[in-house]
Amino acid sequence: MSYSNQTGGEDNIPLKVIKEITFSVLSPDVIRKMSVMEVTTSETYDEAGNPVKGGLMDRRLGVDEPEARCETCGNDWRRCPGHFGRIELTRPVIHPEFVKPIYDILRATCPNCGRLKLTDEEYKRYSERIKRLRRHWRVLADRLITRVKKRAAARSTCPHCGAPQPKIKLDKPFKFYIESEGGKLTRLDPIRVREWLEKIPDDDLELLGWNPSLARPEWAVLTVLPVPPPQVRPSIQLPSGQTSADDLTHALTTILRYNEKLRNAIESGSPTTSILDLWDSLQANVATYIDNELPGGIQARHRSKRPLKGIAQRLKGKEGRFRGSLSGKRVEFSARTVISPDPNLSINEVGVPMDIARELTVVEPVTEWNIDLMRQLIINGPETWPGANRVITPDGKKIELKVRRDRSELAQQIQPGWKVERHLMDGDYVLFNRQPSLHKMSMMCHVVKVLPGRTFRLHLAVCPPYNADFDGDEMNLHVPQTPEARAEAKMLMLVQNFIITPRYGGPIIGARQDYISGGYLLARKGNVLTKDAVSYLMGAVRDDVQLDEPAIMHPIELWTGKQVISALLPRDFNFTQATAFRSTCKDPYRCDTDEYIVVVNGYLATGVLDKKSIGAEQVDSLLHVLVKRYGNEFGRRWIDSMFRLILRFMDMRGFTMALDSLNLPEEAMRRLDEIKDMYIKEAYELLDRYYKGALEAEPGKTVEETLEDKLAETLSKIREEASKIVDDYMSKESEVYIMAKSGARGSLLNAAQMTAALGQQTIRGERFRRGFTDRTLSHFPPGDKGPEARGFVKGNFRDGLSPIEYFFHAAGGRDGLVETAVRTSQSGYAQRRLINAMQDIYIAYDGTVRDSQDAIIQFKYGEDGIDVSKSDHGKLNVEDIIRRVVTSG
Amino acid sequence: MAEQFLSQEEVKARIESLRGVLPAKLVNELLNRLSSLRVSGRQLERVMKAVVAEYYKSVVDPGEAIGIVTAQSVGEPSTQMILRTFHYAGLREFSMALGLPRLIEIIDARRKPQVPRMTIYLKPEYAHNEEKAHEVAKRIQTITIENVAKSIDIDYFNSTIVVTLDEDALNYRGLTINDVKKALDRIKGKTGKVTVEGNTISVTVEVQEISALKRIRDKILQTKVAGIRGIKKALVVKESDEYVIYTEGTNLEAVLLLDEVDPTRTISHDIHEVAEVLGIEAARSMIIRELKEVLDAQGLDVDVRHLMMVADVMTWDGKVRQIGRHGVAGQKVSPLARAAFEVTVKNLIEAAYKGESERFRGVVESIISGRYVPIGTGYVELMLEHP
Repeated sequence: MSYSNQTGGEDNIPLKVIKEITFSVLSPDVIRKMSVMEVTTSETYDEAGNPVKGGLMDRRLGVDEPEARCETCGNDWRRCPGHFGRIELTRPVIHPEFVKPIYDILRATCPNCGRLKLTDEEYKRYSERIKRLRRHWRVLADRLITRVKKRAAARSTCPHCGAPQPKIKLDKPFKFYIESEGGKLTRLDPIRVREWLEKIPDDDLELLGWNPSLARPEWAVLTVLPVPPPQVRPSIQLPSGQTSADDLTHALTTILRYNEKLRNAIESGSPTTSILDLWDSLQANVATYIDNELPGGIQARHRSKRPLKGIAQRLKGKEGRFRGSLSGKRVEFSARTVISPDPNLSINEVGVPMDIARELTVVEPVTEWNIDLMRQLIINGPETWPGANRVITPDGKKIELKVRRDRSELAQQIQPGWKVERHLMDGDYVLFNRQPSLHKMSMMCHVVKVLPGRTFRLHLAVCPPYNADFDGDEMNLHVPQTPEARAEAKMLMLVQNFIITPRYGGPIIGARQDYISGGYLLARKGNVLTKDAVSYLMGAVRDDVQLDEPAIMHPIELWTGKQVISALLPRDFNFTQATAFRSTCKDPYRCDTDEYIVVVNGYLATGVLDKKSIGAEQVDSLLHVLVKRYGNEFGRRWIDSMFRLILRFMDMRGFTMALDSLNLPEEAMRRLDEIKDMYIKEAYELLDRYYKGALEAEPGKTVEETLEDKLAETLSKIREEASKIVDDYMSKESEVYIMAKSGARGSLLNAAQMTAALGQQTIRGERFRRGFTDRTLSHFPPGDKGPEARGFVKGNFRDGLSPIEYFFHAAGGRDGLVETAVRTSQSGYAQRRLINAMQDIYIAYDGTVRDSQDAIIQFKYGEDGIDVSKSDHGKLNVEDIIRRVVTSG
Repeated sequence: MAEQFLSQEEVKARIESLRGVLPAKLVNELLNRLSSLRVSGRQLERVMKAVVAEYYKSVVDPGEAIGIVTAQSVGEPSTQMILRTFHYAGLREFSMALGLPRLIEIIDARRKPQVPRMTIYLKPEYAHNEEKAHEVAKRIQTITIENVAKSIDIDYFNSTIVVTLDEDALNYRGLTINDVKKALDRIKGKTGKVTVEGNTISVTVEVQEISALKRIRDKILQTKVAGIRGIKKALVVKESDEYVIYTEGTNLEAVLLLDEVDPTRTISHDIHEVAEVLGIEAARSMIIRELKEVLDAQGLDVDVRHLMMVADVMTWDGKVRQIGRHGVAGQKVSPLARAAFEVTVKNLIEAAYKGESERFRGVVESIISGRYVPIGTGYVELMLEHP
């Protein structure tokens, strides 16, 4: 592995790469050796505001204010790394996080001789096995160690010295007791615990899972406490001028105070009970300093009642050091704003507001070839776009253009070897991201297009991978800063490379909504366009394409929509596919009702464009096959041109859904009413039977459950039948019908909800039940189980709902929202775990799948080694290959 | 015609030569498709070349972070899942957890699923026989005394528990009073005398306290008379043209031993049970099938390769491990990676007294220490000298 910046960072402090970290427990000796001083007093500052010698802010520990110098290393606050101090504890205390491991050891060893309570024979057997397992099977070794612990703890006499073994009790959080035979408890204070632990031989510890060369258990009973330097616990200046100490400083102060009290008590010969109390307090305070969320209810609090942050709290959890600062880091060169659509961009592009383009910069080395441009950029400066914000001289000095007056002079000075931090410009590669980043398509590389306005602009076809809409969504933008990063972004992350998703090997980028209804209207029969219209439409195409002769020559030249679409298809393209309108036709080649798409040598003979052919997330569609066969680059250009063309056509034609779109003929209305009445009557008949006790329970269900199921079935028929009537009677030119049929938005069921009946509203998948005693609302008699009383909405959106229906609808809607919210957190956690379990797995050069320890997970990825994103819906399309080869002669 | 069509054998032989170059599945597909076509030698040559070329174009790149792709491909659609309980053809009997809860159950490798289920297929000779299917279903269902008792009383005076049996229920399940007696004899090993008197069975015990008697009564009620332990309910359902038994509660080992049961198709939906009875490879297949079932039911399209990967990660070391703190993620070698996932402090303390070391070979560890990630473009160890 190579790091380009290895030799030196800022201030010429050499940057190094950590090769290995060994974890261990600090011994008292080490703590003393690494400390530069002993902290003896709980005072921090004197009256003059200077740090007290021997206090927690002693200048020997390091400095965190700009003026002072460190008394140990002599550096100022930028370069002093800080130095540890120590507190000599009057009496030892147990490290709170080690209570459990110590308890395990105490139970497994003999208090008399300190040996692990295993016979020599057992000892030999286990130690060999552990040694063997350690090498490759950490988990098994751990399991064996647990078994050793259990075995040893079960012994009632020591196999080595024969001493009877007392029971050890742990009174949480950190008091140990010996239980003698009569059930009498004697306290094992930390001194005695420590003495016991000291007796245990190294070899025995290894069987308990400890590594005695790095961690002796007695070191977990603290006799001396390391004090971190002030850099770790900086005081903050409040706006009122006061300084406020860090939580750790607070905790350490308390520890020092109790340490002192305990020492005084011992020296003055106070009664043992008060000494023990003070000792316990010291123990508790050291514990809360390390971890302030220990079970047992003791929690140190700040004056404002807020619990103090212990060391453990700094590391733990989502905002802790590990997840908050180390695994996820804040970055520079990023921007965030609201997004809005722009169908005139390419799917590869992102529209960047001018304000943001002026702020974000790219480092551009000055060369012979760009020197004129760079000079102009410097002259333009930070205010005018395109300009530059900084200039870097060959010796690495940064010149801020914001404060330079003589920019044109500076511009003349630059020459190859200098670097310019210029504004973001058209054609730059940037990363664009929308949270939650659930898959790799949530962060893709776009090409910058600087635009006026204050929002990021993106093409509508890339909404599906980001799962974005424009109801106020915001997105993030990052500017890669090195040539390698830019190259990787462009080659691996460019939008066009993700038209086919690795999830299922189909297109995830594609048409939605207006594009789909537009495609249908453009392609369908009877749509002819004048020369003017065709010229305007073809203007949307950015490729060099050839339009056929007009389909109708006289009296005026007219082109069909299919001809326009054909102009964009490659000449050697042959394809058939069923459209969403397929109903009766079986043979694509003998169907004259546009139910199948048939493309012959690049000519769209029959069929309309719809969701199934150009929609997003549709496999084996026209779009999919085009992208697959002609490549990502072609796919991108096709989407850009075709979709823009469709929108131009929609602009020209116009498409508005209004109340008229929901009109049904008189006869349909009558039939709808009939159906509603019929099934509601049927529902009441069911209820009647239920009340009379004539309703029989289905196997495995209660009568009530049977009733509910049957009612649900009966009532749902209303919507089903209504959908059919809508399909039969609604004008085929109705916008609602066009959208539902082509797959642009909504379904016939939704149409039925708007024109016939909204149908059953549910809470948690059931009819409404709760509310008042035995009824949902006070408008109904108690015990009413009728459709209307349990959330069945007879009304529709066109004619309006009654107040009661409106309430049920709102309640059902809210229930849905709540459910979504609950689900999001659950699935988010599931995904985090999946990622965490599998993030190290990669494909090795030999084609095997391995984890970070080089263990083989699969010998060949997916049993055939095929990358889903390069496949055809997960497969290699052998049929297609054969057909292409054989038909080409 | 200058060109000669090749004979079937010739085509076969030539395609067979690709074994070892292409995966077996592709070779077989080629064989299938080309055996029905008449091709010339030149055409065959071109087809084979094109398929091999296409295959090599589709092979995964070395270094590809396939684990992350897999995790995302399984995790991303889970956000779109609907929490909906699914009913077998309108039967509420087997409303089981589906969708997100079931998915989490699988990747968690829960010891006991919320609703343990089995799907029992019968051998071909019985599969179309509805009566036989019902007979088997009846036989495997656990029947406790509670199911066949009309009433049960405690005679506190004589310390006797009197069970009155329901003859109809007994007959329906093909049992006799003697079976019940035997069952009672079997478990009442300690004390107690069982006497039969017509339809009633009395159990006299020596204890006197009311609470103890009540406890014994409950125990008697729960005593298994017939059936297979663990199977609470069995239901015969017609699936396409054969009768299949769905059960609530599982006991794979015992069910597989039944004569009528087709042991090659019968499955338990409890992954741990499958691993114990049939081995780890079976558990792997089960995980794949169960994941697929969940995703298909929601209409979500996820390639099997991803599901295989999840299953392999969970089973590759021979034991079923959950995805998470107590399994795959918790058993990582790197202390920092473990600390960065969950239970930070405990992992650090453990690493300290065990004297573990961090070698930065995984992804999070590398990010934490500011290195390049050893995956993807970071996997390559060649680089042009930086100016």
